[in-house]
Amino acid sequence: MIGVPLPRIGTWEAWRDAARGLLSARVPPEDILWNWDNTATELFETDIPPPTTRQAIKVPADFVAMAQWVVWHKDPQRFARLYALLWRLRLDKGAMADRADPELARLRQMEKAVHRCKHKMRAFVRFRDLRSDGPRRSFAAWFEPTHHTVEPNAPFFARRFADMDWMIVTPDVTAKFSSGTLSFHEGRERPDLPDDAAEALWGTYFQNIFNPARLKVSAMTSEMPKKYWKNLPEAQYIPDMIAQAETRVREMAETAPTLEPARVARIHAQLQEAPQPASWNLLTAGLAGCTRCPLHGPATQVVPGAGPHDAALMIVGEQPGDQEDLAGTPFVGPAGQLFDQLAARAGLDRKAAYVTNAVKHFKFKEGAKRRLHVNPNTSEVSHCKFWLDTERTLLRPKLTLALGGTAMGALTGDAKAVMKRRGSIEDTPHGPVLITLHPSALLRMPPAARPEAEAAMVSDLQLAVRTLASLAPPMDQRQARG
Amino acid sequence: MVSEHTMNNMTQTLQQKLAILSDAARYDASCTSSGTTRRDSRDGKGLGSTEGAGICHAYAPDGRCISLLKILMTNFCIYDCAYCVNRVSSNVTRARFSVDEVVSLTLEFYRRNYIEGLFLSSGVIRNPDDTMADMVRIAKRLRTVENFRGYIHLKTIPDAAPEIIAEAGLYADRLSINVELPTDRSVQAFAPEKNPATIRAAMGDVRASRDASKEKSHTGKRPPKFAPAGQSTQMIVGADGATDATILTRSTSLYDDYKLRRVYYSAFSPIPDSTAKLPLIKPPLMREHRLYQADWLMRFYGFGVEEITAGAQDGNLDLEIDPKLAWALQNRHRFPLDVNKAGRDMLLRVPGFGTKTVNRILTTRRYRTLRYDDLLRLGASLKKARAFVTALDWTPGNLTDSIDLRARFAPPPEQLTLF
Repeated sequence: MIGVPLPRIGTWEAWRDAARGLLSARVPPEDILWNWDNTATELFETDIPPPTTRQAIKVPADFVAMAQWVVWHKDPQRFARLYALLWRLRLDKGAMADRADPELARLRQMEKAVHRCKHKMRAFVRFRDLRSDGPRRSFAAWFEPTHHTVEPNAPFFARRFADMDWMIVTPDVTAKFSSGTLSFHEGRERPDLPDDAAEALWGTYFQNIFNPARLKVSAMTSEMPKKYWKNLPEAQYIPDMIAQAETRVREMAETAPTLEPARVARIHAQLQEAPQPASWNLLTAGLAGCTRCPLHGPATQVVPGAGPHDAALMIVGEQPGDQEDLAGTPFVGPAGQLFDQLAARAGLDRKAAYVTNAVKHFKFKEGAKRRLHVNPNTSEVSHCKFWLDTERTLLRPKLTLALGGTAMGALTGDAKAVMKRRGSIEDTPHGPVLITLHPSALLRMPPAARPEAEAAMVSDLQLAVRTLASLAPPMDQRQARG
Repeated sequence: MVSEHTMNNMTQTLQQKLAILSDAARYDASCTSSGTTRRDSRDGKGLGSTEGAGICHAYAPDGRCISLLKILMTNFCIYDCAYCVNRVSSNVTRARFSVDEVVSLTLEFYRRNYIEGLFLSSGVIRNPDDTMADMVRIAKRLRTVENFRGYIHLKTIPDAAPEIIAEAGLYADRLSINVELPTDRSVQAFAPEKNPATIRAAMGDVRASRDASKEKSHTGKRPPKFAPAGQSTQMIVGADGATDATILTRSTSLYDDYKLRRVYYSAFSPIPDSTAKLPLIKPPLMREHRLYQADWLMRFYGFGVEEITAGAQDGNLDLEIDPKLAWALQNRHRFPLDVNKAGRDMLLRVPGFGTKTVNRILTTRRYRTLRYDDLLRLGASLKKARAFVTALDWTPGNLTDSIDLRARFAPPPEQLTLF
């Protein structure tokens, strides 16, 4: 018999080194007495020291990964079982793959038990604040693990709680993390830890996150076995929570519904515009009370679309300008006037079209003499898209004309590269959209560039005229497209 | 005039607020803290870590795990969703946390190892943008000021502006938007202020942002990570008349269209001060359980939604036996299966075999021909599987085709209660 002493702290390295020596010296399993932390009985003890050869031996990686956890199991036979398998693996390299082998299955089971214990320790350690005065905060916990999992588990806590000092005291081993250094010490009796006010808050949370209508006690105890309860501050509340659950649910059911609070009517009124309006009247009413984005605040009024409700062409600009904001009608300012001239040149009947804007409120900053136009942002455009979509749904135009990038983005879902896409027709779920520039872009151009830009725009508008003439699908086809 | 609610607010302690705002959060099923990037604080400059699988730090007597501090920022809400305890027309006590309070609760709970991180949701106050912006402020403060490296899950307000949601994705591990109910019609009936199309658009935005965050730019630079643990959603089961087939079809499209990590099913649970619109029933927990089983079969076992719901009566799953067993009983002509020869796809369809067991069978049978006892050691549940497989020393004989096979698995009939 060869007696192999193994320490309580550093068990894995010690067992690995010893097994390596024993295996190179061809010592069979039955000749070894593993003596962990002096727990072996005196009866078989012998004077033969374990061999110290450190010859490299080849072992399957699966085995090492498994043994690393199995050595922390509480079963006194763990070292012998591991060595016995190792002994077999010398001749039978494939044995690790035979998952149905009874000995391997037993070791896998032990590995699983240690993993579970490791996992439960990570879950159920509860630190208390030691309220230290030092630069780092300091915490301590008392825990009673099922297996010897403090040592292999401590690095996890070190990775997680690195900016504080902490100590996990167990009857087995104590782990200490101080100023970034992890160390292990003898196990101890339960220490007297100071009270921690956070535990009451945690208890409050635990009691209130519980839904009494879904009582499933066995689902709780299978994952949080009672043996852990004595060290969990929240567990003290469990018996009462279970006992009162049924009464609470019954009382909830028996209590008659209360009258709704007074503020509901007010809030409902504010929200009334929310469902998509099913008629032009509802659209107008909804628009008037719209507070979806902050633009409603400074603007004079909302500027709804204008034109016949059976128009074949829908024209969408960016947003009302200074004059539109005051008039409450779209396309009446300088840009609108320029558009009217160009439309006339292209032979487009502007009065027959429904005109509107992607954003229905004027966004501006105060200038010295007048209010200066500011581009609407994505959020404002996306809020207002609700109204634009309603208009498109109600109108079902044969063709929609997008004036400029903002309108194009709202209509096609893509606001990029207006210069490249101008003059083209894109398909959308609401029908074809012809893209052109916004007339205000022409107004800002140097006078020399104007004629050419105007000609290009007229050409776009002529395309609209031609398209409208060719697009005259019967009603049923249009329905199929939507 | 100072309203009653404002008065309450002024005198509420942190403990009272926590009670109100965790009580209000309990109907959200999600608790996962898994599947995000690996982080730790070994550099000593921050707090927290995430390493693959999250940890359930406690279990409540409802059997649900407690992994995150799941709270509402506020339970004031301007919406009137019938199924929700926080709806505007309910008389529950209202409260609101300050940014500091949420940050400090999260950090102090985390330091004591109570939680894996924060799951923050909120009622809609003022307007969706402001509410979402407040939530983002909390996440940003945790990440950038407090160097918190634990898990953050933000429940997105669907109507909030895309820019705000885009910012949320930079600080949160997971974003979620609840589709609430399985059909658009039910959403309109029960949650009049919510728009199903907007909810879908918001999920689409999150997916697009996640896709974009995975593409390197032309310089090879990686964009910042966006919600690395993905997005999830929740559907309430049993509040409307939707069948399991409708629900599962909806889930399939959610998984496919928006690349969701999880769809949670939440058995409708009676709420305090409920409206008359809704049934005050016991939550259909078994139905919820069967839906989760079916969901798993679709995601990990290669089942199609139409296979699972093919034999369902009135479109609902069998409550007495699990959906895999129900499928096997309807497809007995495909059994018994030789565990030593059958392919992975069919082994996965054997009741009582999980994915792990199947993997073990496949590796072990290269080494030896499997017997009945071997299957036990590989982790199979033979009580179920025995009727559907053959092994070297086992054949089910005519058990596979016996007419009382279903009765062997279904619980004995119960007498109906008289009251």
